[in-house]
Amino acid sequence: MNIKKILETLSPNERKILPYLDEKIENICKKSNLDKTSVLRALRYLENKKIIKSFIQEKKIIDVGVNGAFYRKKGLPERRLFDILDKKRILNFQEAKKEASLNDDELKVSIGILKRKDLIEIKKDKIISKGKKGEIYRKMPEESFIEALPLDYDSLNQEQISTLKDLKKRKEIIDIKTKKIIKIEITNLGKEVIKQNLKPGDLIEQITPDIIKKELWKKKKFRRYNLTLPVPKIYGGKKHFVNQAIEYAKKIWLEMGFKEMTGDLIVSSFWNFDALFTPQDHPAREMQDTFFIPILDKRDTPIEKKIIRAVQKAHEKGVAGSKGWQYKWDEDKSKKLILRTHTTCISSQTLTKLKEIPAKFFAIGKCFRNETLDWSHGFEFNQTEGIVVDENANFRHLLGYLKQFFKKMGFEKIRFSPAYFPYTEPSVEISTWHPEKKKWLEIGGAGIFRPEVTIPLFGKNIPVLAWGPGFDRILMDYYKINDIRELYKNDLNFLREVKFWMK
Amino acid sequence: MAIISINKKLFEKEISKLDENIQDKIAIFGTPIEKIDENEVQLEIFPNRPDMLPYQGFKRAFLGFLGKKRGIKKYKLQKPKKDYLVKVDSSVKNIRPYTACAIVKGLNLNEQKINEIIEMQEKLHLTFGRKRERFAIGIYPLDKIKIPITFKALEPDKIKFIPLGANKEMSGLEILQKHPIGKEYAHLLAGKEKFPIFIDSNGEILSMPPIINSKKIGEITPDTHDIFIECSGFDFLILNKCLNIIVTAVADMGGKIQQMRVHGDKKRILPDLTPEKMKINLQNVNKLLGLQLKEKNLKNLLEKMGYNYKKGTVEVPAWRVDVLHEVDLIEDVAIAYGYDNFVPEIPKVSTIGQENPKEIIKRKISEILNGLKMIEVSNYHLITEKDISKMEIKNKKEFIEVKDSKTDYKILRPNLTFCLLKVLSENIDVGFPQNIFEIGKVFFLKNEKITERESLAVAITGNFTEIRQILEHLFRMTSLTIKIKEPESEIPKHFIDGRTIEITLNQNSMKKESKEKSIGFLGEIHPKILKNWKIKTPVSLFEISLEEILQELADYQR
Repeated sequence: MNIKKILETLSPNERKILPYLDEKIENICKKSNLDKTSVLRALRYLENKKIIKSFIQEKKIIDVGVNGAFYRKKGLPERRLFDILDKKRILNFQEAKKEASLNDDELKVSIGILKRKDLIEIKKDKIISKGKKGEIYRKMPEESFIEALPLDYDSLNQEQISTLKDLKKRKEIIDIKTKKIIKIEITNLGKEVIKQNLKPGDLIEQITPDIIKKELWKKKKFRRYNLTLPVPKIYGGKKHFVNQAIEYAKKIWLEMGFKEMTGDLIVSSFWNFDALFTPQDHPAREMQDTFFIPILDKRDTPIEKKIIRAVQKAHEKGVAGSKGWQYKWDEDKSKKLILRTHTTCISSQTLTKLKEIPAKFFAIGKCFRNETLDWSHGFEFNQTEGIVVDENANFRHLLGYLKQFFKKMGFEKIRFSPAYFPYTEPSVEISTWHPEKKKWLEIGGAGIFRPEVTIPLFGKNIPVLAWGPGFDRILMDYYKINDIRELYKNDLNFLREVKFWMK
Repeated sequence: MAIISINKKLFEKEISKLDENIQDKIAIFGTPIEKIDENEVQLEIFPNRPDMLPYQGFKRAFLGFLGKKRGIKKYKLQKPKKDYLVKVDSSVKNIRPYTACAIVKGLNLNEQKINEIIEMQEKLHLTFGRKRERFAIGIYPLDKIKIPITFKALEPDKIKFIPLGANKEMSGLEILQKHPIGKEYAHLLAGKEKFPIFIDSNGEILSMPPIINSKKIGEITPDTHDIFIECSGFDFLILNKCLNIIVTAVADMGGKIQQMRVHGDKKRILPDLTPEKMKINLQNVNKLLGLQLKEKNLKNLLEKMGYNYKKGTVEVPAWRVDVLHEVDLIEDVAIAYGYDNFVPEIPKVSTIGQENPKEIIKRKISEILNGLKMIEVSNYHLITEKDISKMEIKNKKEFIEVKDSKTDYKILRPNLTFCLLKVLSENIDVGFPQNIFEIGKVFFLKNEKITERESLAVAITGNFTEIRQILEHLFRMTSLTIKIKEPESEIPKHFIDGRTIEITLNQNSMKKESKEKSIGFLGEIHPKILKNWKIKTPVSLFEISLEEILQELADYQR
């Protein structure tokens, strides 16, 4: 960048401190009338622009400690003891402590020091002054040292270093701090810039209404921004990522001409199992697989008697040439409430209300199974349901709708294989090819409703294509999530950062 | 889910090499491969095909699918000799009314074959037999038994024999109380005054179904050549099928089937492997599958699946349990045709798509809140006891609990406030402000009636004014009128009194008889509750019932 452009990038603060760059930071602050943070920030920007180079120097600074500060005011213990002795000449230990107001430690230390300086002697537990008059007024080197603090370690002379060594041994008289000092060196480019002698107001900063109205920009230049510096993150509001995917799946079905069905999560076993020709001793109806709700259903819309009887007949004796399951069907068992185990219970209800055909319906919703929680299992999962009720519907259409849906969901390669569900025949298992794991993953079932389902519910044997593949595995693939629990974890960091469903 | 494992060497010797092509065939046949390694291949058998639970049964079916065998496999049945008889005593009538029995002779057993028999017996018990609730199977060494055999019921203390896995004689009751298998299945005989037994002409007990066989005469060994097989239970049709599955599988291991007379409510000669007849209509097949098969194609495909076909009539093997209706045959035609050979097609049928009106409104509410930088969260519908204790709720009468949950999550959420506070408590280290909302179902009992309804809750790490701004913005953006007022009813415990308002909706605004309906509360959360959740910042929140709003707005749409 040429110097002209560089000049245009300088912010007001950078420009303010430019003339004082050869001074200490404190002085830069004072002279530019900026606080230290602003000065430091401005220096960093100047350095980014190669106008200065900065170095950090470490400096040891010697200062008084907690006790040192106290002694500086009150005198060192040995000084206080010696002053008393100068008057009294002789003292026992108790008197010495009291008169010089010393504690045991201080007394001990003071005696040691004064003895080493040959100013006192101890005889029969008495302290006796050996000092001559006049000597007491001479300052000890420790005293001069403490008075002179703070000092730069590098500036100490030989004598001071040895005094420091002595004092360091004593409790908290001395405190040594390491101070970081920023040294600034102005580069050649910097010298050029300083020469230009810029005034802080030469460039336009924020565009103000005045600038627009009075066209002040005509006479000035816009300060250039440092365009590539990182900016702080912000987060937008967004839909839960699972719901974003669901919305897309809904769109696919809507575009194919499907009507949306919705339904309760608490349903009777009748809609979830019996209406779907699932015999009452079927393992799926056991407590260990299904969440039962041990409360009597007193909701306002009872199931039509006609339908109950027709379902009973299908189970016990069969309909339209079917042999049925040939057992005694128990109406009470069908009344047990559960959390729906599949969205197919919405389809079974829709069939009873259906008036016009051909008709196509879909639903996407939560289903439940009594499972423990781990990385691949959960007690809640999403399913996408669909039915096509059409006199001319056939097995190839079933595969056609599914193939189209999964293609739009991003699965080019899918496989259909035989499966078993009590309510469909033929039945299909849908698998998608996982290119990374290099294997087929089962994602759910489909089929054509058996006459034992359609006749009791719809009153007529008509092909009903039906499917209900799980949705969560598709989602996990898209979002590269390996643990199914992540779908419901609500980690706000994750929710803020997670990518939008871009389909 | 039933998994069978087959020795890989045996598979390759008797069926086919296990290359990739054949692995695909196995999957497309409807027996997905669960696992395959150098020793064994594990297959899933769907519950409608118990005839494939024995290895021999799978082999029979799969060889057909591969085109190596066609039509119903024939088994020779030898007529019953005079004393080949099982008498069903009237004492079992109300206890365990039926049995189906047969004899298979001339077996050359070894450890591997015995394991195969035990494996098949266990798999049948577990799945088709619903853990022995429907039926139990017993297999015995014929040479240790003196026929005829009687099936009868005795008082538990009069039943005495050494059961398998024990060393001393035990009574019927002792077996249920002390024997590990007895304890496991005791519930199946609970409350019965008499227990059923099979007993031979020497007065030796063979077994006490559905619990356990005798150690002395109820265990087959490599020295056994002839076996007696019985299935006992409650539904003769099922017992008969079960017997056919076992008998044919054992015959395929190299035995000859010997019929027996079973004299109970009826005099029967078993096994009876006469195929059942069922009509199939070529037109129906082609219509349902979207194919244009000719009769000879149909015959060919049916024969691959182990049926016989002649002029619109299908003979169904006596071991198939799943053929209830023509559609079951059609599925097998589809499997034989190969699911991968069907050309998927979308028919040109015009229907109009339609999103549910209430779902549209939920989506719009979500968009309005997204515009206020709110993040949608999504929680489980079940909550834990611990969650409830944090809300300091004593009266749990309105809560709905599910039965026997395998996790701590066992109560249906009565509101979304729980869930939002939980989310905030799990995110105390995440950057502020935190603005979240959830739309979803809540559940509670109202006048003993189960109530399930849509709810909306919004929570922010902010104050009363800020949360009110959100509420009011939301409703300004819709065509609905809400009013806020000092609460008339008791406010929810988690709010601060004096900083909480009640929200009412002007209902039926489209009609004349409009009225005010309370739909929820808004306020600042009490610090006591925040502390329970370990939340360190103030939180304000509102939760409203969406049902009335959805109804009202859906009315508008029309």
